[in-house]
Amino acid sequence: MRTGGLRLPQITATIGLPSANPPFNRHSILRMTLSFEDFPPGRFGTFGPRRVTREEVLAFAAEYDPQPMHLDEEAAARSMLGGLSASGWHLCSIMMRMMCDGFIGRTASLGSPGVNELRWLAPLRPGDDITLDMDVVEARVSRSRPETGIVTFRAVVRNAAGQELCEMISPVIVRRRAAVTSGQAG
Amino acid sequence: MRFFEDIEIGQRREIGSFTFTADAIKTFATQFDPQRFHLDEEAGRQSLFGGLAASGWHVGSVCMKLLVADGQRQAREAAARGDEIAIWGPSPGFRELRWIKPVLAGDTISFAGQIETMRTSEKRPEWGIVQARHTGTNQRGELVYSLLATAFVPRRNSNS
Repeated sequence: MRTGGLRLPQITATIGLPSANPPFNRHSILRMTLSFEDFPPGRFGTFGPRRVTREEVLAFAAEYDPQPMHLDEEAAARSMLGGLSASGWHLCSIMMRMMCDGFIGRTASLGSPGVNELRWLAPLRPGDDITLDMDVVEARVSRSRPETGIVTFRAVVRNAAGQELCEMISPVIVRRRAAVTSGQAG
Repeated sequence: MRFFEDIEIGQRREIGSFTFTADAIKTFATQFDPQRFHLDEEAGRQSLFGGLAASGWHVGSVCMKLLVADGQRQAREAAARGDEIAIWGPSPGFRELRWIKPVLAGDTISFAGQIETMRTSEKRPEWGIVQARHTGTNQRGELVYSLLATAFVPRRNSNS
């Protein structure tokens, strides 16, 4: 398996920059933007850890998934999940944010057409520190829009004990470098 | 919510509707998906989406919100009839999530669910495993969202 050792420091170095959305000008594109060619198959990077607090678990569940197993300790203890756990959609949304902070915010991404498969493997508990491993499983040039490519990622979220909580296979459409450096608008 | 025995392949149910305001789109995106086309009208217009577009995870989360509300409605109706209430289990995941068209500021999306497959669980005989296709359609009748969801559904008369 590739380790991507040369690329990884470049990417993780951008995480701490103040803005996830730099001004859209030619200079910043040339200097900072990752394009299709930056995503060859293999290990891409590890992002996090990120603490998931009890307060945010309850807040998301109250708004989007108010089932007792996500809101009520006693009901959750009796459920199949054996205790309070975050909504699966909350975990997906946090995973998206970790991707944005980790690299999507610096990528000439045009969005995603969907998710091939997503598996919730174990409950996300309040207080967990989660990490996100990203691998590129396929990268191909788009036939219908040859100035773009389709990068299919495998994303795995783990808790601090290394237990897999979630696995997702999902494509993202990314501009090719020639399109990025010529300054084509999105 | 219904028990496994009350469900049939092909059953369809309207889940509910939701209007994605610009404020709601930006609030969700600020927290979970801060890409420019989800945060700024002008950046959205310049993107493939052609306008301020909701995060796909916002659309999925709203579908979940409406599913839970619909389940609570069914539970109240069952309680009013004096029927036993089925409490659904967690979902092991989903397949074939398609963000078919952008959900733009002001769009009202109506969600529906249709049962596609059902089987009993070998490991947990008190549960059935049901796959349902959830879809979202905008106010112009265009399909914008589709997903094949899996859920654990309790069986009637199990002692769980």
